[in-house]
Order: sequence, then structure tokens, then C-alpha cells
Amino acid sequence: MSIATTYRTCPRSGLQFESQAEKLMLANAVAAVVFLLIGGILAIGVVLTRWPSIHWLEAATFYQVLTAHGIDMLIFWIIFFEVAVLYFCASTLLRCRIATPKIAWTAFALMVIGGVMNNIAVYQGGSSVMMTSYVPMMAAPSFYLGLILFAVGALIACFVFLGTLVVAKAEKTYQGSVPLVTFGAITATIIAVFTIVSGAIILVPTYLLSIGVIDAVDPLVYRTIWWAFGHSSQQINVATHISIWYAVAAIVFGARPMSERVSRGAFLLYIVFLQLASAHHLLADPGMSTEWKVVNTSYFMYFAVLASMIHGLTVPGAMEVAQRQKGYNKGLFEWLRKAPWGNPSFSGVFISIIGFGFLGGISGVMMGTEQLNMIIHNTIYVPGHFHATVVIGTTLSFMALTYFLIPVLFKREMIAPTLAKWQPYLFGLSMYGFCLVMMGAGTLGVSRRHWDMAFQGSALAYEWPGAAYMMMGLVGVFGIAAITGGAIYIYVTVGSLLWGKKLDIGTVSDRPTPVPPTAPAAAVQTYGSSGLVAPGSFVLALIFLAAFILYYFINWKYLSQLWGLS
Amino acid sequence: MTAISPPSDRLWWKHPLDRVEGIWITIAFVWCMVMFFMMIYWHMYGNQNLSTETYKTTPEMFTAKAQAMVDQYTVRTEVDGAYPVVAPPAGADVYMIARLWNFWPILQLEKDQTYRLHLTSMDYNHGFSLQPANINIQIVPGYEHVVTVTPNQSGTYSVVCNEYCGIGHHTMVGRIYVK
Repeated sequence: MSIATTYRTCPRSGLQFESQAEKLMLANAVAAVVFLLIGGILAIGVVLTRWPSIHWLEAATFYQVLTAHGIDMLIFWIIFFEVAVLYFCASTLLRCRIATPKIAWTAFALMVIGGVMNNIAVYQGGSSVMMTSYVPMMAAPSFYLGLILFAVGALIACFVFLGTLVVAKAEKTYQGSVPLVTFGAITATIIAVFTIVSGAIILVPTYLLSIGVIDAVDPLVYRTIWWAFGHSSQQINVATHISIWYAVAAIVFGARPMSERVSRGAFLLYIVFLQLASAHHLLADPGMSTEWKVVNTSYFMYFAVLASMIHGLTVPGAMEVAQRQKGYNKGLFEWLRKAPWGNPSFSGVFISIIGFGFLGGISGVMMGTEQLNMIIHNTIYVPGHFHATVVIGTTLSFMALTYFLIPVLFKREMIAPTLAKWQPYLFGLSMYGFCLVMMGAGTLGVSRRHWDMAFQGSALAYEWPGAAYMMMGLVGVFGIAAITGGAIYIYVTVGSLLWGKKLDIGTVSDRPTPVPPTAPAAAVQTYGSSGLVAPGSFVLALIFLAAFILYYFINWKYLSQLWGLS
Repeated sequence: MTAISPPSDRLWWKHPLDRVEGIWITIAFVWCMVMFFMMIYWHMYGNQNLSTETYKTTPEMFTAKAQAMVDQYTVRTEVDGAYPVVAPPAGADVYMIARLWNFWPILQLEKDQTYRLHLTSMDYNHGFSLQPANINIQIVPGYEHVVTVTPNQSGTYSVVCNEYCGIGHHTMVGRIYVK
């Protein structure tokens, strides 16, 4: 090829970075961390206001801060990082140049402009509409326009990713099928395209409404389509962070998937069924029929839950197989005890897997069960659930991957490695506590997005039980601990980038070295229906299932004691 | 070889599963089916299923119906006359208006009697969060949602708005008495 670019082979990882792709990854990752920083500062305002004995901010400021916190974290931080991950999964893992770098930079610029525009709209006041911005409550036009520009940029980035796959195939930089991690990234991209198109379908008319071009957007139609965007965007995260789990298992342990067929099949289930999940936001709504709710909220018979349960076994299973091959074969759990718990890439991912499954996964199914939703809808249980999925699942996985990328992509020695070593524990475990107490308070009925649980100024105020106040106090305590953990991550990442010792960049070549064709490994032969290669992971999975079943029926018991409804 | 490189065997989809995976997929599949059919089972045999009876409405139409109920069945007022307490007969259609920032009127129902509760919003989205029972229903403007309720315990219940609806959101609380 005649395209002028260079390829750097990292001496520490053996990965090959094309120079344009490398700069794009770096830019997107840095933008992501900047939004994480802003969202993290905003989080202080949120938790210190919901901590009843502190109750820091005024109502108007609180709702403004909460709106910005939600959007900066759920959209800007995560999607910028995901774009970096997509480029990594295409250009780096397939060892090819990135397609249309100029267009990729345009996408980046649009995303930055959109993100900044949306943030400014919120800080100007008058756009405290929460991330969901349900019509007919209206924000400033620049609020919607910022989101639309960001989404267009993200959509372009998806097509750059897909284009890069085409380049790799055409230029034969690899043979056979794409790696599993790239396959997961393709899953995320397909879901992303669906998501962003849904967002456009509803945000464009809402923007037109805000500037007076059209008269009305139906509130129920808005909710239905907005959630096809709002929830599906979380499914991009799931597909991405599960890809990262597999990637970190490969990087830390040299683990290979237990079977490509099962892991890829599970990703395929995501593509087919995961989008239906947006229905579970509408279970307490008027309008939709019972049949529609039951079929869609179960992602058509829980096939996407099945996929997550499969990944929940196969990711630790892959680690277990790799560890056992290294000789950590004693008993059920020697492979886990002897895992590199001091390596934040591993500990972050493992804390993420457990928290995502036990806290995020189980609570998600409760909320997504048609009848059980009535005891959860819009209570603070909901943010309890999605902080377990999006913070423990996605954000912590991204943090774990960053620790690997600091020497590899940033070419810097990590500053404060001891802090980094403890960061996943502080951040992850305090988020476990944070999510649990939010779910606890939500079970007692405490509302989400609510400035004052004492209802001051209300003629008919309700008094929450003392336990609810105690748990909301603990939300504050765990929240501050988690924010401290987040601050350490930002300090280590930004500090390494700015002041870390520069490392050898490795050899630079003007042509790519293709992925070497891999000889069929002898290990393949050890797989088969007779084996029981990952008994420890299987036991962990059974513990998970027992917790799941128990908690599921506890909730039905709770529901059965309520008023009759029909 | 690993998850970040192409599969070593080009015919990877022909590999047999490990037994751990096969057993787990089977168990997980059965559990997914149990959860799916549990929702259907509860529709047939359970007592807590949210109605989906819905009509398009307007603030004027709904207010007229609520006002007619208030005129006919008010038994007293509370909060200096701001809230009529309405006690419709068992089986009646009862109306609750959600608006910035209150629920109106106060309802007085009888234990173990069934009512058709009509909910809508006059303005933004609101939330019907019945406490301490903890039943949560979305209220969407323009749509009249008819929910059949049967209170099973007497006492004073609060209706907390749990959908963000602006600066006075935290003051939006209504009441239902069950005798």
C-alpha cells in the first residue's frame, strides 16, 4: 500500500500500533478521562446532597448537577473510551492501518463539540431535565443539539471501525477469523448503530420542538424510542466490557477462550436479543400490552440473560484453564488464589466480573421482570442497579485496561504503582457497598432523582422509616470512598501521561507485520465432551445461580404481600 | 490463540464443547425458561399484575371526571380546604390527578374492596409511588391509565412522586386512606 504511515511494535506487549490509530486512541482515551473527571466532581455534589444529614446543595443546583453527572458519565466518558477500544480492537489487534483517519478525527471533533455544548447548556441552567429529558419537560436547544452532534460523531467512529475491518481483510493482515475480542467489539458496534439511530429518531424531533419547528412530541412515544437509545447504549457497554474481560484474561494469563463457539455464540445472542431490553423501562407505563411487555422485557425468553450467564462462566473459566496449565492445579481454587491480585488489570477485571454478575446482573433481572418491576420502578434501587453494571462492570473494566495501556499505548512508566495496585479494591469494593445500600433503600421505596427525602415544604409529607435514612447515609459514605478511588485512577493515569518516565517506543516500520498464522495448538485436543476443565469456575457459577434463585423468589414473596392489582 | 488473536483452528465452530460449558448452558437455559414462564404464571394465578387499560385523554376531560367524583363523594377536607377527602363506593371509578406539584384529591378507600383507579398527569411525567406498600407506576401526560386496586391493609398511605418533575418535585406527595 502506498499510504504513508508507520507501525510501531511495542517492546513490552508485542502489540503493533499504527501511528494514526495510536494518536486517535490516545485522543479519545484522554477525552474520556476528562469527562470522567468532570462527572466525578459532579458526583461529590450528588452524594453529599443525598446523604440526609449533610443535604449539601440547593434543589436547583442538585438537579443541574445530577443531570450533568448522568450525561458525562453514562454517555461521554464511556463512549469516548469505547471509541478508543474499538480502534484498538480493529487496528491494533488486526495489525492494520486505520481506515480514513481524517474522517476519524472529524468524528472525534464532533464528539468533543457535542459534549462541550451539552455540558454548557446544562451549566447555564434551564436544562436540568436529567439524562432522560422526558418531553414535555424541555431543555435548551443546545442541550439536544450537543447530544445529536456527539451521536453523529460516535456513529462515524463506528463506521471507521467497520472500515478498518475491511482494510484488514483486504490487505490480508490476518488469516482466518477475527479474534474473539474483535468479535465482541463488532457486537458492540452493531448495537451502537441501532442505538444511535434510535437516538436520532427521537432527539431530532425533540430538538425541532425546542426551537419551535414542530408543536409536540408524544410523551409515550418519546419514552418508548428514547429507551431504545438509552438502554441499548448500556448494551454497547456490556458487549465492550465483556470483550475487555476476555482481552485482560488473554493479556494477563495468556488465556484462550474455553471454546470460541460458545463465547461467540453468546455475543451473537446479544446482537439478536439485547436491544429488546429497553422494554423494561416501560413496564410501569400505560399503553403497552402485557404480551409486549413480557416478551420484550425477557429479551425474548431471557436469551440475552443466558448469554451473560455464559460469559460469566467462560471468562473466569478461560483464566482457570490457563492457570491450571501453568500448574496451579490443586483443589478447586488454587488457580484463583495464585492469581496476580497485585496487578490492577487483573484485580480490576475480577472485581468487575463478580460485581457485575452478582449485583448488576441479578438486580437487572428483578427490574426486568414484568410484575417485580412495580416494587422497583423509579426507586433508588434503579441507580443501585446501574451503578453495578455501568460503574463496577464497565468503568472498572476500563480502568483495569488503562493500567495495561499506560506503558503500552502511552509509552510511560506508571507513576505511583502502589496506589494503582490498591485502586481497584478501594473503588470496586466501595461501589459494591454503594450499590447494595442503594438497592436496600430502594426496596424500602426511597425515590431516585429526589432532592429531599424529608419532603420539606410539602403539606402531606411522608416519613420514611429510619432504616431508609441510615442506608441513604451509607450511600454518602460509600459514595465518597468510591469517588476517592476514582480520583486515584485519574491521578495515576493523567500523572503517568504527564510525568511518567518515557519508555522505549520499540521498533518502527513503514509496513505492517501481519498477524502470524497460528498453528493448530496441541491444547485444542484437550478440549472435548469428556473434560471438566474449569471446575472452580463452575462452582462459582453455581453459587451465583443459588443467589440468583433465592433473591428472585424473595422478591416474588414481597410482591405477593402488596395490594391486589389487576 | 488467545482471545486477542485469531482462533488457531480455522474451523473453530466445529470444536466440541467442554462439559463444564455444556452443563452450565443447559442449567442457565432452564433457569431462563423458569423466569420467563413465572411472569405468565403470575398473570394466571398471582394477584399483583399491572393493568394495561389505557385511554388517550386531555387535562380538561380528566379534570371534569375527577371534579364530578369530588362533587359527589367528598366527605371532608384537609389542609385548610385544599384537599377534599373523597370516599367513593366500592367498585367505583376513582380519579387521581398528578400535576405540579401535588396529587389531587385525597382518596378514602375500604379495605378488601376493589376500585378502578384512573391516573394521568396534567403536565409532565410523574410517578405514583405508594408508600409504605411500595407500588410504583409511571404517570404519563395525555394517557389515562386505569389500574384496578384492592387495598389489603388499612392505614394511611402516601403517594410520593418518584419521577423528576422540576424544582418542587420533593414537595409532591398525595394521600390515600384505607379504612
